[in-house]
Amino acid sequence: MEYGWKAKRERRAFLALADGTVFRGYSVGAPLDTPGEVVFNTGMTGYQEITTDPSYAGQIVTLTSPEIGNYGCTEQDSESRSCFLSALVVHELNPPANFRSEEALGTYLQRHGIPAIAGVDTRALTLHLRTHGTQRAYLHVSNSPMDESTAIALAAVWEGLDGQDYASRVTTSNAYEINPQGKYRIVAYDFGIKYNILRSLQQQNMQVLVVPAHTTAAEVLRMRPDGVFLSNGPADPSALGYAQQAVRELLGRVPIMGICLGHQLLGLACGAKCHRLTFGHHGCNHPVLNVRTGNVDITSQNHNFALWDLPSCLELTHINLNDNSIEGIRHRSEPAFSVQFHPEAAPGPHDAGALFRDFKMLIENS
Amino acid sequence: MPRRTDIHKILLIGSGPIIIGQGCEFDYSGTQACKALRKDGYEVVLINSNPATIMTDPDMADRTYIEPLTAGIVHEIIRRERPDALLPTLGGQTALNLAMELEESGILRRYNVELIGASAVAIRLAEDRQLFKESMNGLGLDMPRSGSAHTLQEAEAVAGTIGSWPLIIRPGFTLGGTGGGIAQTPEEFADIVRRGLDASLNSEVLIEESLLGWKEFEMEVMTDSAGNSVIVCSIENLDPMGVHTGDSITIAPIQTLSDAEYQAMRDDSLRVLKTIGVQTGGANVQWAVHPETGRRIIIEMNPRVSRSSALASKATGFPIAKIAALLAVGYNLPELKNDITGHTPSCFEPALDYVVTKIPRFTFEKFPNADTTLGTQMKSVGEVMAIGRNLKQSMQKALRSLETGRFGFGADGRDAAFEQAEDLQLQAELARPNATRIFYIRAAFRRGWSVQRVQELTGIDVYFLRHLAELAAFEDEIAAADTVSGLEADFPLFLQAKEMGYSDRQLAYLLHCSESDVRTARERIGLQPGYAAVDTCAGEFEALTPYYYSSYNTRGEAPRVSDDKKSIMIIGGGPNRIGQGIEFDYCCCQAAAALRRSGYEVIMVNSNPETVSTDYDTSDKLYFEPLTLEDLLPIYKREHCCGAIVQFGGQTPLNLAQQLKAAGVNIIGTSPEHIALAEDRNFFRNLAKEIGIRQPENGIACTVDEALYEARRIGYPVLVRPSYVLGGRGMVIAYKESELRYFVEQATIVSEGSPILIDRFLENAVELDVDCVSDGEVTVIGGILEHVEPAGIHSGDSASVLPPVTISHEILDKVRTFAHDFAKALHICGLMNMQLAVKDGELYMIEVNPRASRTVPFVSKSIGKSLAGLAAMCMVGAKLRQLGFTEEVKPPYYAVKEAVFPFIKFPGADVTLSPEMKSTGEVMSIDRDWGLAYLKSQMAAGTELPDSGSVFMSVKDSDKELFVPLAATLQHYGFTIYATIGTSTMLYNAGIKTRAVYRISRGRPNVLDLIRDREINWIINTSESGTSPMLDETQMRSQAVAAGIPITTTASGAVAAISGLEEKMSFGRYEVYSIQEYHRHLIPTPNKKDSTTTSSTL
Repeated sequence: MEYGWKAKRERRAFLALADGTVFRGYSVGAPLDTPGEVVFNTGMTGYQEITTDPSYAGQIVTLTSPEIGNYGCTEQDSESRSCFLSALVVHELNPPANFRSEEALGTYLQRHGIPAIAGVDTRALTLHLRTHGTQRAYLHVSNSPMDESTAIALAAVWEGLDGQDYASRVTTSNAYEINPQGKYRIVAYDFGIKYNILRSLQQQNMQVLVVPAHTTAAEVLRMRPDGVFLSNGPADPSALGYAQQAVRELLGRVPIMGICLGHQLLGLACGAKCHRLTFGHHGCNHPVLNVRTGNVDITSQNHNFALWDLPSCLELTHINLNDNSIEGIRHRSEPAFSVQFHPEAAPGPHDAGALFRDFKMLIENS
Repeated sequence: MPRRTDIHKILLIGSGPIIIGQGCEFDYSGTQACKALRKDGYEVVLINSNPATIMTDPDMADRTYIEPLTAGIVHEIIRRERPDALLPTLGGQTALNLAMELEESGILRRYNVELIGASAVAIRLAEDRQLFKESMNGLGLDMPRSGSAHTLQEAEAVAGTIGSWPLIIRPGFTLGGTGGGIAQTPEEFADIVRRGLDASLNSEVLIEESLLGWKEFEMEVMTDSAGNSVIVCSIENLDPMGVHTGDSITIAPIQTLSDAEYQAMRDDSLRVLKTIGVQTGGANVQWAVHPETGRRIIIEMNPRVSRSSALASKATGFPIAKIAALLAVGYNLPELKNDITGHTPSCFEPALDYVVTKIPRFTFEKFPNADTTLGTQMKSVGEVMAIGRNLKQSMQKALRSLETGRFGFGADGRDAAFEQAEDLQLQAELARPNATRIFYIRAAFRRGWSVQRVQELTGIDVYFLRHLAELAAFEDEIAAADTVSGLEADFPLFLQAKEMGYSDRQLAYLLHCSESDVRTARERIGLQPGYAAVDTCAGEFEALTPYYYSSYNTRGEAPRVSDDKKSIMIIGGGPNRIGQGIEFDYCCCQAAAALRRSGYEVIMVNSNPETVSTDYDTSDKLYFEPLTLEDLLPIYKREHCCGAIVQFGGQTPLNLAQQLKAAGVNIIGTSPEHIALAEDRNFFRNLAKEIGIRQPENGIACTVDEALYEARRIGYPVLVRPSYVLGGRGMVIAYKESELRYFVEQATIVSEGSPILIDRFLENAVELDVDCVSDGEVTVIGGILEHVEPAGIHSGDSASVLPPVTISHEILDKVRTFAHDFAKALHICGLMNMQLAVKDGELYMIEVNPRASRTVPFVSKSIGKSLAGLAAMCMVGAKLRQLGFTEEVKPPYYAVKEAVFPFIKFPGADVTLSPEMKSTGEVMSIDRDWGLAYLKSQMAAGTELPDSGSVFMSVKDSDKELFVPLAATLQHYGFTIYATIGTSTMLYNAGIKTRAVYRISRGRPNVLDLIRDREINWIINTSESGTSPMLDETQMRSQAVAAGIPITTTASGAVAAISGLEEKMSFGRYEVYSIQEYHRHLIPTPNKKDSTTTSSTL
């Protein structure tokens, strides 16, 4: 058996942060250098869901869980048609040991052209990000030699994700339909939609028409939907003026549910403000208080931006108990609500899955 | 819901003595609960019979009853205390069973005591196999095909319905799977079912389809009354199904499940809790998963804090027991803060960025005839936990934490037995779950066997085996460096080896140099471990609590600077084992508390997840690390400690004392030189002579011939033991030369080159244990204990009483003088323990131990002074006069310590007591009457003496006269007396009617028939010493133990028991007082008729 100890010792690959900090390791994915925004995810399972979640587009994701790849990859666990993140950073990468596995994570990443680095002191990187905030970075994993200083400079000049419309890059090019025999007709905006959202809607007996991000409100209304769903997605909601405009036009004419980026868009469309969090929320263990019931759900999270300063037309429905940030809103007069976290989970706990039923009830009562 | 204001006083039940399946993890949970509830303003009444616990320290609860854990006694306490509520979920199965008994007998209703933490309905649903199965079926969860039975016939019918072998048999309502097993054949099946029916409190066994080889998982769940639930920790067993979880190597978090599988298990775990009706607190749910199909089956759930809860708390930093206690009084999870981060709520699921490995610690060497195959009945006596940044590091750290002489996953020069195994034997040992299987796995990989082949033999998931195979292969990569300088020159390789968890000792073995060569080389190139915090959140938030582990894969956190305080390192006791257990953790915790109170910063290092010492709020900084030189030194340096304490953690730190000192550590208290001197026979002999105390004739030998020569000179019988051991490991009495030869050949293995000590054995002597504390100038006696068993039985296994009851005032005064003289001569600063024997009015010195002894907590609880705390203060320079402890406390009551044995777990093992310690735990009882105290101690130890029924008596000639009045008393109270012919004749002549039976070897009916037919309830048997235990007695004892019949083996024990019975009969019931009342002497004055006392100082 080949363990590659020598390559691991050499640690030729590295991740250079714009602030000059460098973390060394060895390449385990596609040998392609890439810039990206470094974030950390504290989930202990779900690496495949993370690599296929379009919301991570533009990001270099660090997994804090140290042993990765253990259960391999299977098409069943993909959350979209491809891998969208810029790169993956792990501490140790293992070959698979699970009957469901079809492919090792390493080869899976290579096949999808995703670079990855292992052997990184991911804890030190995480503490650095926690203290200094999310960073622009440059990952060097290719065989062509590169100075650390060059990589740091490349990281610093990279445009970053602020003000960037990444939804346009990941959205579907053509509309498509799921569960045509469903009772309720839902139009789902794909800003980077996850498959498990589609499955969750389907489970509520919904027929789902997935449409590209740039679809206008008028086009949507022509489809005579019973409800509109605003999906999760990557990067900065402030760059999505067209989507905010569509939401404004749809509000009040059709029941709306939003998740993550979709939640931020609903908020922005109603006049809330949105800002960048220091290091975002990425993980499966965030306690979210349901203000109405007083109960707490353990939620799956993945966002760098958050709403603040809600206008009076919006009611605060969910709060993140770790930092008291806004996790859910509801329109006081129109049938629309949204949550910052991921009730569809995948990865993460299913505690908040009932929100999809709430959407159905909202449609039924409208 | 906020805290309840309708309850004020809460009764908390502890788990009693340490036994296999119920260890000191429940001291940890109980202690946390006491602290949390009192801090929140509740009055806490605690009952626990185990004196070695931290929770029974008098300032842990408002009132502490060190009394037997029986429904009758708890009834007395409830009558006296009138608590509003009873919290039974933190004291293991013992507390849960007791609470159910009190509930079912109507006592709780009668006194209006509310069961909090778990309702009786929920307990019943979870504990009753059939009810549990029905509710799980209702949920649609998959269960093994099974059925329950109350008789052997019923059981056979169930087996027929299941229709496949092997079958698993589990008794209902037991601890650690007592009495269960796996049956491959109908014959085995019948045997195990019979044993299981006996062990079960409700005479019920569950028979089920075998899930052997399935993957096993566990989820630790917390839930509150509002329905908020979280998974605190997930655990995966390395050993597949078939080995009791307590005996399995386990890993946290779960490693081999995808998110889809993990979340489905999580959902179902939460549904199970809701269905069973667990309203608040901690619980665990165990699952089996088929490795090739993913079919998932629920194994069981415990509606209480468990052994794995303690592990989960230490593995994640989430204080399960504390939170469970607060939830039980009405709080909800979101209302409680996470102590670790200080601002985020407790209602969250910890994220781990490290790997935790737990490995059980076994003591099969104590039970030579016991079956070492691991199965569904738990056999381990302790465990270690290690934290590493990766699995390999975590595993190697755990293996070297075990203190079984190994320094990681092999490659330490101790692999010969495994590597030399024939292929067939290797194959068999891989297929048979056993305590050293992990080293056979290494041997297989070194032999070139594939992961696949080892997987097929062991059933262990390839995920784990691949890591182990890589470790085995990497040995060659290290060895290729050729020399330590070669390794030093290759920093990346050196680092890689450390990242994989190799200890300096392993590297030294692979590179043929010494450990210090490796350490020096490593330090020269600046290769040091980093320290990362156990922060519950994978680094997402800053941790306030300084709880650390070391790793070479992270630069970790910078050391936290502490305000001007001086730092003292306390080295803990490592894994529990027979001879070194919770007593030493008690000492470490007491020392930590005392030092912290007086302004020192305490750095605790330990590897045992069950303990209070590894609770992050016991010390200022906690390092969860193996207790080896390599692991301790960098902590000492990093924390700028001004001293380290080695005398509280038992033999573990003591064995390191000299090496630590040589490496520059300032050992405070009695110096390592003086500690070593106490083991130096010549020095000791001269010292004894100088002080004027006799010693049993003794000698020292390094070879078999020397030993035989010395024994001939001294005269048989002789007591033989290796030096530097605890718990009488390898200690035996040899009555003749052939026996000695056999033992010595064994002992050389035990102590590895250290000499063998040979003493004249004093037959029929009474032993004394003395614990004292010295500040270097003044020595104060903590207590003098008299053993109830005669000399020749290990002090840890003997019942003892404080104050002594048969020793003259004159002799006790001599003991006191000797204690002062020895303490002075050995420059004791801290604790000292002496063992003496009294024979024919003459005192003999057996040994002096310049350290905390096993009896320190018992003595401390008996007299109401913390000896370990006082000793710690002496070690940092305080004087006993300043501390207000200048005089021996002579209590006007009796405290009795009794040992508790694991024989029932080791069918076939010899149950005879000997100089080798075999008990796993102890109980204490306290009463103003010595007889009653003794009686209670027997009850607390689980062998309650009957107050009616039949007694079997067989006493040696010299005791016969003494037994006449005792027999008369028993007859007076209506006992039927059976006796062997000799005893019967003697009693008949004295006018006492008995039923005569034969001696076992002479014919039938004999006592074995009486035991089998359940004709007798009590055996009183005193035998002639001076010969090896007779076959008759061995048989009788093992049968009696199996049948649960109490045996009294000494005249003094019988006298005490029978006088106690008289007292009890005349009063009608037991009296109970809290130890706080005893310590303040608030109890009524002792009875005058207490004629056995000769100690006139009382």
